[in-house]
Amino acid sequence: MNRQVDSATLSGGKLMNRQEEMFTPRLKSRQLRNAIFKWIFFGANVVGLLALVLLLGDVVRDSWGWLDWDFITSFPSRFPEKAGIKAALFGTIWLMVITALVAIPVGVATAVFLEEYARKNRFYAAIQTNISNLAGVPSIVYGILGLTIFVRWMMLGRSILAGGLTMALLILPIIIVAAQESLRSIPNSWRHASLALGATRWQTIRYVVLPASLPGILTGVILALSRAIGETAPLIPVGALTFIMTVPKDFMDPFTVLPIQIYNWTSRPQDEFRCIAAAGIIVLLIVLLSMNATAIFLRNKYQKKVVE
Amino acid sequence: MMAGNSNARSWSERIIEVLLAAAVSVSILTTIGIVVSLVGETTGFFREVSLVEFFTAKEWTPLFTPAHYGIAPLVAGTFLVTVIAIAVAAPLGIASAIYLSEYASVKVRRVIKPILEILVGIPTVVYGYFALTFITPIIRHILPDTDVFNALSAGIVMGIMLIPMISSLSEDAMTAVPRSLREAAYALSATKLEVALKVVIPAAISGIVASFILAFSRAIGETMIVTLAAGGTPNLTINPLESIQTMTAFIVQIILGEAPFGSIEYQSVFAVAFVLFLLTLSLNIIGHWIVRRYREVY
Repeated sequence: MNRQVDSATLSGGKLMNRQEEMFTPRLKSRQLRNAIFKWIFFGANVVGLLALVLLLGDVVRDSWGWLDWDFITSFPSRFPEKAGIKAALFGTIWLMVITALVAIPVGVATAVFLEEYARKNRFYAAIQTNISNLAGVPSIVYGILGLTIFVRWMMLGRSILAGGLTMALLILPIIIVAAQESLRSIPNSWRHASLALGATRWQTIRYVVLPASLPGILTGVILALSRAIGETAPLIPVGALTFIMTVPKDFMDPFTVLPIQIYNWTSRPQDEFRCIAAAGIIVLLIVLLSMNATAIFLRNKYQKKVVE
Repeated sequence: MMAGNSNARSWSERIIEVLLAAAVSVSILTTIGIVVSLVGETTGFFREVSLVEFFTAKEWTPLFTPAHYGIAPLVAGTFLVTVIAIAVAAPLGIASAIYLSEYASVKVRRVIKPILEILVGIPTVVYGYFALTFITPIIRHILPDTDVFNALSAGIVMGIMLIPMISSLSEDAMTAVPRSLREAAYALSATKLEVALKVVIPAAISGIVASFILAFSRAIGETMIVTLAAGGTPNLTINPLESIQTMTAFIVQIILGEAPFGSIEYQSVFAVAFVLFLLTLSLNIIGHWIVRRYREVY
């Protein structure tokens, strides 16, 4: 600190004492500051937890008494007491089947091509950039894409098929990136061993690489599908916000889904509709949490396997 | 016979490779599809409305006569909500990242990380419900002049939604800082706080900034929270207690209003979506570029 004081006391055994006098109090206050900030930083994490608790508490309180079996097995209605989520629930299931049937094969195939076949050149880098940019496109823009390409150009109309294809494109980048990471984690020595035994490239992928990377891919797929289940915005332009009194029977039927139904009820001014919106949220969150729990379970199992 | 077999094999190998390559083309076609579908109607829009009016007029009233098409109020509304969201999420996200990367034990991390992951997994329509039915009444209780739909409530909830994103991206940047840098500081008797603030954060600053930019882009494109809680009034204001309209909320409003195909309102949706797409795309490119550049340092 003060050089003059330092040099003035340089001679003699007094030096140590003086230094301690100068530094000890500072160290204490520095450590105190450290301790205080440790709790402040910890508190930032508590804010997230607190928000989660408040959100769940709010939803549970609002939906209290409204969530029963009738709510799940009834169609929407102008009267909140009679309204239910049957159409939305079936719509969500149909939509997820289409989305999964399209997005999983295309996504995994893309990842296999990029990791197992493509040379790591500028083409690879360009595709990779394209995929990460697609992941950042706002979901409402995917809705506009679905409206233009699927609803109008391909004349699918406001059907489950148009909705499912739109949703598949939305989650494609998530599946591709997860599958790529999983494929990269397979050691090259496994591939070499298989090729050395005379297996072709595809046989190596089919019987060695894919089985080993399956848990990782599956985790990514479940997380991507749980994103799709909760998405509202991309389905609005595709026309899912309609009053539907039937269960869809084929791919070309009009449809609605849980988040859309929740949005519809939330945006009405009457308190009763807010209550059934909250009941719908509970159903949606239960579906989502069980999907996420499955994903986490798979990931933990997979991580243990790698350690072995 | 052997030769025939391997010939058939190489044929099927070839076909599989072509099929896989076709899958890759889907993601390229998606990008092309987005650009084409936006540009088509946007050109139609700009045949009716001049670029000068679009970017300089201060009113956005496509449903009134006379109609005005100045995007400024929608952009201002979007930025107002986004700035509030970042003001909430940035300090909390960084503090959370510092705790996770510098202080937390493995055990504590194992509890905190899954909770943050749950926050990421909650659908945006649920956040919108939370903003409208929980945060808004609290704000209106404290400040009674607040509109039912307001930018503040949507911004706060969007900020909560962004905490995990900023936290996890910044934490990645902080854990990438070499241990030797921290140990050098500890050897000079620095406390953990001093190491975090004077060594780790400066070394990870580009990654932290990138996390802000990516969160910013995510917030601009967010639709359901603002549609439910921020209102539907294009409003050139910086008062967070007023009802505003964001670009995304405008798109939803017009589409739900069933604007006839080919009409100027219908086309205005595409023009706004195009601006939204370009904004988020450039932010994402900048964000990813910073992350990549920064990774090369170590």
